[in-house]
Amino acid sequence: MAKDEFNEFKLVGTRPDRPDGLDKVTGRARYGADISAPGMLWGAVVRSPHAHARIVRIDTSRAEALDGVKAVVTRADFPEGLTGEDWNLQENTMAGERALYDGHAVAAVAATSKLIAEDAARLVEVEYEILPHVTDVDDAIRPDAPVIREGAADATVPEGSPPNVARYMEFGFGDVDAGFAEADLVMEKTYKTEATHQGYIEPHACLGQLGEDGKGDMWVCTQGQWFIRKMCTAVLGLETAQLRVTPSEIGGGFGGKTTIFMEPLSLALSRKAGGRPVKIVMSRSEVLRATGPTASASMDVKIGMKKDGAITAARAEFRMQGGAFPGAPVDMALYCAFAGYKLSAVQHIGYDVLANRPKCAAYRAPGSPMGAFAVESLVDEMCRELALDPIEVRQKNAVKTGDKASYGPKFGSIGLVEVLDAVKDHPNLAAPLGPNQGRGVAAGYWFNHNGETSVSMAISEDGTAQVSVGTPDIGGSRASIALMVAETLGISYDDVRVNVVETGALGVNEPTHGSRATFATGKAAVEATGHAIREMCRRAAREWGIDEEAVEWADGAAQPAGPNAGKFPPMTIKEIAGKMGGTGGPISGHHESVPDGVGASFGAHVVDIEVDPETGRVTILRYLVVQDAGRAIHPSYVEGQYQGGAAQGIGWALNEEYIYDDMGRLQNPIFLDYRVPVASDLPMIDTVIVEVPNPGHPYGVRGVGETGITPPLPAIANAIEAATGARLRDLPMNPPKVLAAIKAVKA
Amino acid sequence: MSKIHVTTKVNGDAVEFLADPRETLLDCLRDHVGLTGSKEGCGTGDCGACSVTLDGTLVCSCLVLGVEAEGRDIATIEGMSDGHDLHPLQRKFIEHAALQCGFCTPGILVAAKALLEENPDPTEEEVRYWLAGNLCRCTGYDKIVRAVLDAAAEMRKEAA
Repeated sequence: MAKDEFNEFKLVGTRPDRPDGLDKVTGRARYGADISAPGMLWGAVVRSPHAHARIVRIDTSRAEALDGVKAVVTRADFPEGLTGEDWNLQENTMAGERALYDGHAVAAVAATSKLIAEDAARLVEVEYEILPHVTDVDDAIRPDAPVIREGAADATVPEGSPPNVARYMEFGFGDVDAGFAEADLVMEKTYKTEATHQGYIEPHACLGQLGEDGKGDMWVCTQGQWFIRKMCTAVLGLETAQLRVTPSEIGGGFGGKTTIFMEPLSLALSRKAGGRPVKIVMSRSEVLRATGPTASASMDVKIGMKKDGAITAARAEFRMQGGAFPGAPVDMALYCAFAGYKLSAVQHIGYDVLANRPKCAAYRAPGSPMGAFAVESLVDEMCRELALDPIEVRQKNAVKTGDKASYGPKFGSIGLVEVLDAVKDHPNLAAPLGPNQGRGVAAGYWFNHNGETSVSMAISEDGTAQVSVGTPDIGGSRASIALMVAETLGISYDDVRVNVVETGALGVNEPTHGSRATFATGKAAVEATGHAIREMCRRAAREWGIDEEAVEWADGAAQPAGPNAGKFPPMTIKEIAGKMGGTGGPISGHHESVPDGVGASFGAHVVDIEVDPETGRVTILRYLVVQDAGRAIHPSYVEGQYQGGAAQGIGWALNEEYIYDDMGRLQNPIFLDYRVPVASDLPMIDTVIVEVPNPGHPYGVRGVGETGITPPLPAIANAIEAATGARLRDLPMNPPKVLAAIKAVKA
Repeated sequence: MSKIHVTTKVNGDAVEFLADPRETLLDCLRDHVGLTGSKEGCGTGDCGACSVTLDGTLVCSCLVLGVEAEGRDIATIEGMSDGHDLHPLQRKFIEHAALQCGFCTPGILVAAKALLEENPDPTEEEVRYWLAGNLCRCTGYDKIVRAVLDAAAEMRKEAA
């Protein structure tokens, strides 16, 4: 049960300075590219300039002859016979018979300097036979589309499907046709979203070392050191435990740093260069061309609604491409699409389609923003048609604790109703709007995630505590974990040090992904702390000569539990720690599990915009994020997640997109042209933290990282229609598209 | 290509290094001088993570050649605090939780310091436009702008 039902917190819910703050404001914090090693070489990657091409011949002789070059690797240096996702990862790391997208790696070199490595990369001669390509999802699903990979379809794909369909899914419940027949209004529309990139400011960087003996070390910016270890060793045919991976500080990830890209290349190069460490740092254009963008989507949605706003049935058919490999998050998009609505009849159909684009990676609530763009846009269109208040319609249909979710399971404790109530009460809704201005509302959902978790903590000789965690700190998780451990121990926040450790120090941990760090690592840290507390109580009991059950822990000290236990002054953590060497040795605690009790998070956003009728440019005037955090351990960093998610969603809605030319080459692989929101694009982002505690976490945490990217896409589309009468169903809603839509309405 | 000997000053210290004429000032600071606080986010002058000042002028060090540092005076994030005393901007960034991953933070702090030297009392809009060349993907800029405004207010109070 959540402790807040019977406890006041001393630390949880406060806003202390983050433990890594000083390092990060002074330039001391060490990120992926900030480490060098004795004897180090620099790596550079040769990439395909073609969207789809047979690799006829690779001649590395001129590169190898260059002074200072120590190794060149191609696919021939990787083991054969991999299957499934291991093969996909290997093929994406280094092309085999064909280059599958613009930017696909085909060779890599290591040399004594970065400049020599780059020169050598240019000397690698690759002969290509250009093949027909396809990048758009609706083109890729056509029966006559260029075939990305023969036999890519898995068992779910029906016989006779188009050749690039790799996965198919169909699920739902209830009588959808009867539901539509019962409705006063049935609308069906098609929506499209373009691929976007996570856009972390730190490019991928690693320093890898691998000897002939198969033992290796890696320093890398990643969300998950164990994922890097597992994937690199799978791709290279190594024993997993022989590679030790140390995570650097991480300059943003948003899901994009949960997988491998050039990391195995540094190891392969190192092995070939006699075990010298090899550093590879991607350029921004390499990041955009060859690392995980999200999927692009084409989506048909149909909803039936009564005059009073009650939804009678819903249907979604989503087509998504996630690059040249299976894995577009079409399943998650469908699960999230109607998650906020209590439905009696719903049908979902999904196609995971291959195209000549980079292999997609997770991006903040993978799939959810696309599904929300389609569903939350259509709901708004229907509210408009029926002259209903969009918030009231969502309140009327809102799922509550115990309801059956649109994707099947029964919801545990959720707070959508509380979120919508808080939206309704917010002063932003009363702000007056002028000409060309409009307000849009939309809701969003993310499941949140638990994942394999291993945490170790230990009491130091002076009564302070150290906690070893396996989830890299991207947005303040050291602070939240320190707060929870300090609260549990009854010591001060400053007396806890949280260390993000390497793979050799703990059992397997999943990455910092799925909004899981504060939930799962936090829960495991509290459990581990509980072990140490029980041991400290045992030590006190032994000294007092009473049963250990007669000792309890309160206010940072072992205390007799009630008057019958005997009369002893509290024995503080400092006293116990100071003599632990003589009372049984080190005091520590650890916990390994896939923590249960995940709490899902709903949110809703309200945006006010102004459209310039002459240029079509959309300016964000006011922005409100309301989301259920369960419990905000460190409210500043919860707000930060809300604001950051909203900003990414705003970029996706208005500017960001992958632009390919007719040769399938990415046209905007730099930040000048792939335009993420800058400070002058945004207003202050107002936040309301709703707290419906998650009973599955000792402090009520749900996880807050992901939901916030979801509502901006539809909320802004809804606001644009409110301002202009024009409905945009195709992202991004950049000035030319908005202008064209306004003109079409006026015509 | 033969390297060129460069003599320059970084954060008040005399520094010498050998630069390939193709290397940027950012490369030289990071790989030859050992100051890795300035970051490369784009290499094209779009993200501002490499911001430093060159003879007091705010520049993207990825757009300056290392050899251009000859005889100049460079200030980086590593020189921003006065010993143990953090610059008010550094303190306010921690206090306001104005960083999440922290990768853009050095460049933003250097750029914000240059702003406050030029304009000690900026409006929110002036802060936003000045920092428009510094990308942050984590925060949505809200807490960054608040931290800069708060630091400016504190510095004005101290100066008064």
